[in-house]
Amino acid sequence: MSHRTIEIGDIELEVVEKGSGAPVLFLHSGQGFDASHPFVGPLSQARRMIAPSHPGFGGSSLPDWLDRIDDIAHVYLDLMDRLELPAVDVIGCSIGGWIAAELAAIAPERISRLVLVGPVGVKTGSVDELDIPDIFVLGQDEVNGLLFHDPEKYRMDPAKLSDDQLVRAVRNRESLALLTWEPYMHNPKLKHRLHRAAMPALLIRGANDGLVSERYLERYAALLPSARTLTIADAGHVPQIEQPERFVKAALSFLDE
Amino acid sequence: MRAWHFSENAYPFLPPADEYPSIRVTLPNRLYDPEKGAALYDRFLDEWLIAEDEGMEIMLNEHHQTATCVDPAAPLVMAALARLTTKARLLILGNPIANRRQPVRVAEEMALVDIMSRGRVEAGFVRGVPYEISPANSNPARMNERFQEALELIVKAWTSRDGPVSHEGRFFHHRNINIWPPPYQNPHPPIWISTTSTGGAKQIGRQGYVQATFLTGFENTRKIFESYRAGWREAGRGDDVPIDRLAYAALVYVGDNEADAVAGAEKLMWYITANKVLPQFANPPGYVPIQANVQMLRGAEHPLSAFAKAASVEKAIEAGIMMAGTPDQVYQQFKRHYEYVGGYGQLLIMGQAGFLEHDDTVRGIRNFAREVYPRLREEYPDTAISGTFADVAPEPPRDAVPSSAATKQSATNGDSEETATPLGSVR
Repeated sequence: MSHRTIEIGDIELEVVEKGSGAPVLFLHSGQGFDASHPFVGPLSQARRMIAPSHPGFGGSSLPDWLDRIDDIAHVYLDLMDRLELPAVDVIGCSIGGWIAAELAAIAPERISRLVLVGPVGVKTGSVDELDIPDIFVLGQDEVNGLLFHDPEKYRMDPAKLSDDQLVRAVRNRESLALLTWEPYMHNPKLKHRLHRAAMPALLIRGANDGLVSERYLERYAALLPSARTLTIADAGHVPQIEQPERFVKAALSFLDE
Repeated sequence: MRAWHFSENAYPFLPPADEYPSIRVTLPNRLYDPEKGAALYDRFLDEWLIAEDEGMEIMLNEHHQTATCVDPAAPLVMAALARLTTKARLLILGNPIANRRQPVRVAEEMALVDIMSRGRVEAGFVRGVPYEISPANSNPARMNERFQEALELIVKAWTSRDGPVSHEGRFFHHRNINIWPPPYQNPHPPIWISTTSTGGAKQIGRQGYVQATFLTGFENTRKIFESYRAGWREAGRGDDVPIDRLAYAALVYVGDNEADAVAGAEKLMWYITANKVLPQFANPPGYVPIQANVQMLRGAEHPLSAFAKAASVEKAIEAGIMMAGTPDQVYQQFKRHYEYVGGYGQLLIMGQAGFLEHDDTVRGIRNFAREVYPRLREEYPDTAISGTFADVAPEPPRDAVPSSAATKQSATNGDSEETATPLGSVR
């Protein structure tokens, strides 16, 4: 596993790489990337996994000018240039899926196949109802209930975390707020651009995802010219953590088609 | 020394606190009876006018979606006061400009009230407590930066007198700024900023604006004021910090006698104890620095949150967040606080809260204005310099605290896990 910092413009990007074979760009969810997460092993056994921490997350810096998800998509175009990847498979989870969708709309030729896991980023429903429940006005237990199939198992215990881990968790959450606050969890323009993203795409959600509903995922998929959907049982918003084997198997069998 | 009568215009007629999760943000407004609310406004305006008659200045503030302060548009109330009053200074503390989408509009509102009051506006600006974030849909990240740019833009709008100027900043964009009317005061109304952090105080000191801190007691107020004074000196404003640059807000109740004072003070404690707020509203992501959040996750507690769990008049007086008693006792309590923190020239008096009735409120105002205020003005003239300290005993002298305050503990609202403070910390 390599762990390095790559400078992109005025951003210091923390990038973890593991495994060999065909590259896959893994874009993490709002929780941040953690190399000890259970999907990392099986994914990197099959592929060269490239996992940057988004600006403001993990060990990546956050420049003053950056405050939108599509800003990050542009940063990752630079990263792909730097890593000499003319086109690459991309897996994006939650806001990582949003970044991947922006990237796919901006530069569809740079993405071979696209996997979005519990993606946010578009507004598909009515004005009077949030597409994605407001995680910033719910208590932590309520949010965990939406995030996880088995919330008890994933309850955060600060006593078991180092100061560095807590700093990362707090900073990740602050950056998540910065990027997703308004319009909440979406870019109103994105759905009018996604018709450009014609690469094969697989949209995955956990069967018990309380944030991304089945209807939302179907509507999202309908915006992409060549997308299909898949549900993973016994998982919430983060199937890559709750069902890592099933998740990796589903993603790889799609990417290897 | 200048003293300001401040009322939050609370609506206290609520069901028991265990019947609602939060007094702010989510409390349904069907609980507000417009008739009762209108009567309360009559009353609060009358109390401000009485404070003016008694020689005090007037302070008001703004909060949103809360029963603790039903004034979501303080410039409107200020405009009413501009016409109802004739001599009091009118302090709004303040405009929550990190949450206002159009700072130029804020500049217009303040300038208009300044005209209507013939130059009696003191324009305060606040970042806003954390529970204002949701009502404003305001991003809690980068609030300080937004606040500073908004303030610069407002000063620019006030001071540009020769036709349109422009502003292309990080958060705000205007191509034609040319407000009508400009402020009555030249170049603009005095600017106040509230902060409870030392970093914030230092910056305000550098800028030279009036700095106010709320309910920060002895130690923290001293640190905050020292930071202000350091910033003032660093910016080359001179060694002497004028006393009128610093303001402290406390719960103040002056009674006819000790028993009367304690009864009034008990009711004022509503301000501290009725602030039941869910943690997610009290601490949205990005509102406090990362390290402060880490400390909270490790179990650290804001002093006011800890205090609210076992609030009592005696403890509030000892902590320096309340001044209550007979006129002489309140004078002693003020003097002790003043000398410990190094001196300040503006006392912001939270003189009404919750169920403190009109007659009791007025008695507190009059007792302060007639029996305490003259002594403070004589002893602490506006020409005094801030930054000198006197030895202060760790405990207030027994005779400076009303004796009947020692036994009673105020009822706290709700469960302590969810108790937050007006200043916004949790657990």
